Amino acid sequence: MSQLNRLARGGRIDRSRRLSFTFNGKRYQGHAGDTLASALLANGVDIVNRSFKYSRPRGIVAAGAEEPNAVVQLGKTEAGQVPNVRATQQALFDGLEARSTNGWPNVQRDLMSLVGKLGGQFMPPGFYYKTFMAPASLWMTYEKYIRKSAGLGRSPMENDPDIYDHLHQHCDVLVIGAGPAGLTAALAAARSGARVILVDEQEEMGGSLLDTRELLDDKPADQWVTEALKELAGLDNVTLLPRTTANGYHDHHFVTLHERRTEHLAETAPLKDGRRQVRSRMHRVRAGRVVLATGAHERPLVYGNNDVPGNLLAGAVSTYVRRYGVVPGKRLVLSTSNDHAYRAALDWLESGREVVAIADVRANPDGELVEQARAQGIRIIEGAAVIEAKGDSRVSGARVAKVDLDGFRVAGAVETLDCDTIASSGGYSPVIHLASHTGARPTWRDDILGFVPTLVKGVSAAGGAQGVYATAEVLADGVEAGRQAATEAGLPAASVSLPRVAARRDGTACALYQVPHEKPTLRGPKQFVDLQNDVTAAGIEVATREGFESIEHVKRYTAMGFGTDQGKLGNINGMAIAARLLGRSIPEVGTTVFRPNYTPVTFGAIVGRHCRELFDPERYTAMHQWHVEHGAEFEEVGQWKRPWYFPRQVNGKTETMHEAVARECRAVREAVGILDASTLGKIDIQGPDAREFLGRVYTNKWAQLAPGRVRYGLMCKDDGMVFDDGTTSCLGANHFLMTTTTGGAAGVLEWLELWHQTEWPELDVYFTSVTDHWATMTVTGPEARKLMAEITDIDLDKEAFKFMDWREGTVAGVPARVFRISFTGELAYEINVQANYALHVWETLFAHGDKYGLTPYGTETMHVLRAEKGFIIAGQETDGSVTPEDLGMHWAVGYDKPFSWIGQRALTRPDTARTDRKQLVGLKPRDAKVVLEEGAQIVFDPNHAIPMPMVGHVTSSYYSPTLDSGFALAVVKGGQQKMGETVYLPMADGQVHEAEIVSPIFLDPKGERQNV
Amino acid sequence: MSNVATFDTRTEAKIPVESPLAYSYRRSGAPAPTGKSRVVLRERPFLGHLILRGGAIVLDEAVREVLGVSLPGEPQGLVQDADGERSVQWLSPDEWLVIVPGGEEFTLENRLREALGDAHFAISNASGGQTLVELEGEAARELLMKSVIYDVHPSQFPVGKGVTTVFAKTTVILRRPDELRWELVVRRSFADYTYRWLLDAGDEYGIGVKG
Amino acid sequence: MFYIHCPYCGELREEEEFHPKGQAHIARPEDPESCSDEEWGDYLFFRDNPRGIHHELWVHAVGCRKFFNITRHTVTYEILETYKMGEQPRFTAEHPEGRPSQDGVEPAPLREGVRA
Repeated sequence: MSQLNRLARGGRIDRSRRLSFTFNGKRYQGHAGDTLASALLANGVDIVNRSFKYSRPRGIVAAGAEEPNAVVQLGKTEAGQVPNVRATQQALFDGLEARSTNGWPNVQRDLMSLVGKLGGQFMPPGFYYKTFMAPASLWMTYEKYIRKSAGLGRSPMENDPDIYDHLHQHCDVLVIGAGPAGLTAALAAARSGARVILVDEQEEMGGSLLDTRELLDDKPADQWVTEALKELAGLDNVTLLPRTTANGYHDHHFVTLHERRTEHLAETAPLKDGRRQVRSRMHRVRAGRVVLATGAHERPLVYGNNDVPGNLLAGAVSTYVRRYGVVPGKRLVLSTSNDHAYRAALDWLESGREVVAIADVRANPDGELVEQARAQGIRIIEGAAVIEAKGDSRVSGARVAKVDLDGFRVAGAVETLDCDTIASSGGYSPVIHLASHTGARPTWRDDILGFVPTLVKGVSAAGGAQGVYATAEVLADGVEAGRQAATEAGLPAASVSLPRVAARRDGTACALYQVPHEKPTLRGPKQFVDLQNDVTAAGIEVATREGFESIEHVKRYTAMGFGTDQGKLGNINGMAIAARLLGRSIPEVGTTVFRPNYTPVTFGAIVGRHCRELFDPERYTAMHQWHVEHGAEFEEVGQWKRPWYFPRQVNGKTETMHEAVARECRAVREAVGILDASTLGKIDIQGPDAREFLGRVYTNKWAQLAPGRVRYGLMCKDDGMVFDDGTTSCLGANHFLMTTTTGGAAGVLEWLELWHQTEWPELDVYFTSVTDHWATMTVTGPEARKLMAEITDIDLDKEAFKFMDWREGTVAGVPARVFRISFTGELAYEINVQANYALHVWETLFAHGDKYGLTPYGTETMHVLRAEKGFIIAGQETDGSVTPEDLGMHWAVGYDKPFSWIGQRALTRPDTARTDRKQLVGLKPRDAKVVLEEGAQIVFDPNHAIPMPMVGHVTSSYYSPTLDSGFALAVVKGGQQKMGETVYLPMADGQVHEAEIVSPIFLDPKGERQNV
Repeated sequence: MSNVATFDTRTEAKIPVESPLAYSYRRSGAPAPTGKSRVVLRERPFLGHLILRGGAIVLDEAVREVLGVSLPGEPQGLVQDADGERSVQWLSPDEWLVIVPGGEEFTLENRLREALGDAHFAISNASGGQTLVELEGEAARELLMKSVIYDVHPSQFPVGKGVTTVFAKTTVILRRPDELRWELVVRRSFADYTYRWLLDAGDEYGIGVKG
Repeated sequence: MFYIHCPYCGELREEEEFHPKGQAHIARPEDPESCSDEEWGDYLFFRDNPRGIHHELWVHAVGCRKFFNITRHTVTYEILETYKMGEQPRFTAEHPEGRPSQDGVEPAPLREGVRA
C-alpha cells in the first residue's frame, strides 16, 4: 500500500525499515521512527475519530501531547487493550493495532453524526445537566448510553500480562523537557557536578531542534543535539529519561515521571536476555530544584468548522514535513497572527506541494520569514484570516476575508480558496501545566500574549515555558536556568559555550483568538475551542449569557479543558472569548487550574509492583506454615493473616465454618484447644517510673502489682473513650510487659511515646516493641494443665501458679514465659517463647496433646468463646464513643488514683456521665435459632412510624454450641437498667427479630472455670 | 526478683530453630546465584539483636568498655568492631541497635547492665523478632531504589550509615557496612513479604539467593 | 508529598515516614480535675484552622519515632521550620518573617517539664 503523503526524502525516519500496522482493521505501512499519527497522515487517513458530543469527523491536528482528536484504543489482544493513547505520542511498531474509540458503526459512517448535524440546538452546553438529571434514578441508564455514544475507550477485560514498577529517584536538578532550553540547562547543571535528571516525553530528545529550519554553528540543529546528548550520556551524574512524561508536580518538588520503556517496541513487553522487562515505570523524583523547559503549545485559531479533518496547527505541519517526511495534504492555506507560523508554508512549499495563500491578520507583516515567503512567490493576504473551512470529511476550501478585530466583524468580501489543508496559528501558550500543579496561579503577559508560570521557590522556567521563543535566546535561557539551579545546590557555576544561531528579525504578533464570521457566533458554523470536549465559541457565549461569569464555572458548564485534554489547545482561546464577551481583560478573567496528570498514565505504572500477591504486606507468625498445612482458613486482622478456623475432612467432606467452629468451641470447653496468639502487640517497658506511667495511661490501678502478677487494663483517650485493652505483666519492680490488641499494637506504642515525649518527659521510662520477638500460643481448656505438665518444668500447682500469675521456665526444652491469663473463660496458659523456636514448641504440644484432644482453633472460635464470657474486643464492642462505664467495667476504673489519668476528667462531663448512654448488654434472641446480624440496629418500639428511634446496635453475634443458641453483645441506650426487657431488630427483608436484654456474661459468671 | 527481669530466650539445647525466612525459602524457593546474577541476597539468621535505650553519654562509656566500639552519637551512624561481627547503629537520640553473633546477646546484656549500674537505661532483646538480609552486587543499589524511598546514592548514603525507612509497603532498617554490601534488618512478620518483593523486583537482575 | 526535616535525624525525609498528630502546643491542663467542663471541652475538641501559618505536631513514625513540631503555611504548604519538643517556633502568625533574634536565648518552655 502506498504512503501517498510520504516524501521521497527527508525526516528522521528510517525508510529501510518498513513497519506494518492496522487502524480500524485496515492494514497500512509506515517506517521506523514514525508515530502512529505520522504514519496515518502518510497514508492519507483523514478521519481518526468521531467527536465526543456531536460525533463530527475528526482528523489529526497536532504532533505532540496536545493532540485533542487522535486519541485511540491500542491493542491486538484483549489483555493488551490500552485506552486514551494519543496517536501523536505512540511510536509505530510492527504489528501495532489501533482503533478509533468513537463512532458507531464506524468512523466513516457514523449514525450519531445526525445529532452533530442538527447541532447546537440539540445539545447546548450544560446539556447533560439539563437533560439527564431528572429523575435521578435513571442516571445509571443515561450514563450507559452516554458512555457508549461518547466512546471514551475501554479498559481490558483480562489481566495485564506485563510488569510495572516504581523507582525512587533523588537529584539536585530535575530538568523537564529536552528541547534547546532543557538541553543547555542540563549541560550547565551537569558540568557543575550536580545530580541531574533530564526527562523528555518524546521518542527522541531535542524538541524543536529536531524540526527547526535554523542552523546551529552552521550545521543542522540535530547534529548539535546529538553532541549534547552524547556528552550528557557520558556523565555519571546524569540520568537521561526519554519517552518519559513528567505528569504531576506535587509538594516540595516531588515529581512523578511516567516512563514508557517498551511501548515503542510491542504491545506487550518483549523478553530481554530471557527475562521479563518492565513495561512502564513510575519514577518518584524528589528534586532539589526543578527547571521547567516544557516549551510552548501553538494555539489554533477559532474559526468556522475548524474541526474538519485537514485543519492542523501550523507547527504540526512543519513537524510532519521535517521530522517525519510526511506532507499531510496537497494545497495549503495558512491563517496566522505571527511570523513563526510562516515556517509551515515554507516547509510545505519545499516539499513540492502548493501553498495557495497565507492569510495574515496583521496589516503590514514584514518579518524575515514573511519576506522569505514573499520571495518564494507565496500569495499573502494581509489583514485577513480564514473565517470558515469548507468540506465535510476533509477540508475542500477556505473562506478568507479581511477582518476588523476591534469591531469583531468581517470587514470585506469573502474569497473562497480551493485547498485541502488549513494550517492555523494564533501564537503560543507556554506549557504551564506543571507549574500550575504546585498551586501557583500563572501570570498573563501582554507582550507574549500568554500566561507564564508563577514559580515557587526552587523552580525556574526556561525557554518557551516562559515565553522566550527565539532559538538563540532559548539556548541562553537554558544555560542560565541550569547554572542557577547548580549554584543554588551549592555547586560552582560551569561554563557552557552556546552554538551560533543566525539572528532573525520577527515582526510583532497580533492578538487573535476567535475569528469573526459574517454571522453571529450563535448562528454561524461551529467554531471549536476545545476539540476533545466539543466546546464551541457559541457554547461559551451561551454560558456567559446564562450568567456563568467565573472562568471556573464556565469550564464546568461547558466541560472546557476537562479530562485527559486538560485544556492544552483550547483553554487560552476559551478564556479570551469569555473575556471579550464579559468585557474584561484576560488576566481579569484568569485561568482555570491545570491538574495532574498532564497526559494519561496507565494504572499499571501507578500501581507498580504493589499488585497481586504483593498488593499489601501479609504478616505471618512463626507457625504460619503449620496453619497452612493443617488446612486453616485465614482471616485478615490488620495485615496479619490469622487462622480463622481449621475445617476438617469428615466423611470425605470438608466441614463448614459453622461445623468447624462448633467443634473447636466444644474442644476448648470440654478438653483443650490451642490458639496462635503471636499477633498480639507486646511492648517491653523499663524504667523506675514505668509503674507510674502505667497508672496514668490505664484506667485502673498499677501501684500494687507485684512481680510475677498480671493485670488486665483499659486504655482511654482523654475524651474518656476506650481505645485499647490488654494485659500487662509485672516482670520486675521497674519492668513490665504490656500486651495490646493485634490491630492496636503500633498505635498504642505511638500513644505511649506521645505522652512520654510531649507531656511527661520527666518520667524515666522506655518503651520498646517486642511483638515479633515472642511467639505466643494459648493452651486452654480443662485438660490444659495435664498437657502442660508433660512438657514444662514450671510448677503448675494451682496454688503455686495462680490465675493472673506468670512464671518462667522451659516448655518443650525452650526458655519460656508462661502467663495464666484467659480470654476463653477456661483454664489457660499463654506460652511465650522466642519466635525462632516457636514451631518446635507448637509441634511438641501436638505430639503430647493428641491424647487430650488438643484442637487448634482460630479467631472465630476465639470470638465465640470470649463473647460467651462477655469479654470485649476493643474496636468491636467499642468504636471511639464508648466509656469504661458504658461497658459495665466500673471495676476496671480507679477513680481514686492520685494522678488524673488519661480519660478520667472526661468521665464526669455531663454527656459522658449520662445514664441513658448506649451501654453494653447481652442479647438473647427469643428464637434460639436466630443469630442476629452484627451491626443490626435496635429499637424499643417496632410499631413506631419510620424513621424509628434507634437505640443501639449489635456489636458481636454468634451461635454458641455450649448454650445451643444464638447470642449477642450489643450497646443499648440505658441498657444496664433494662435487664429482662425486650428489644426489636427490624431487618432489611421485613423480618423483625425479638431479643431479651440480659447480662453480657452468658457463661460461668463467677469465673470458676478459669480459676482452677 | 530484681528491678528488671533479664531472661535468656536462647538455649544451647539441640532444638530445631526456624529463621524468619525459613517458610519463605520453602514456599517461594531460593534461586541459586549464577554468573549472570547482578545481585545476590543472603540471610544472616539467628544473630543477637539488642535494642539499647538511654542517654548517649551514659551508654557510650559502657558500650566502649564492653564491646570495644564507641557508640555512634551522630544520627544515622553505624559502627562496627574490627572484624565487622559486632555493630552498633543509631536509631534515635536515645535508641541504638546492637547486633552481635548469635549467643552473645544475653552475656552482652548482662555485662552492659553491670557496667551501667543505676543509670536510667533499657535493654530489650529483639533477636527472635528480626533478621538480617544482605544484598550484594552491582544492581543492589538499583534494586533498593525500587524498594525504599530513601536516597541510596553513595553521596547521600556512605559506608557507615544506617536509617529506618519505608520499604515497599513496610519498613526496614537499611545499613551500609562496607562498599560492597547493603544490610536490611527486617521484622520477622514482614520478612516473607520483603523476601517476595526482593525476588520479584530483583528478577530483572537475575537475583540469586546464597544459602 | 511533603519533604520534612526531622530535627532529631537532622535531615530531610519523605512524608511517608511521618504521621501528623494535629495542632501543636496543646498542653494538657496541669490539674484536669479543677478544670471546668468548658475548659476541658476546649482542650479536647477545639482547634485552630488558620489560613496561613500553622504549628503542627508530627511524629517520625518510620524513623526515630520522635515527636516534633512543624510550622507550615496552610496555603502554600511551605514548611518554614521544624523544631524539637520544648522549643518555640521562630515563625508565627505575628512574625511571619521570623521572630527577631533573642541573642541566642531560647524562650522558656510553656511549663516546667512540659514540651508540648
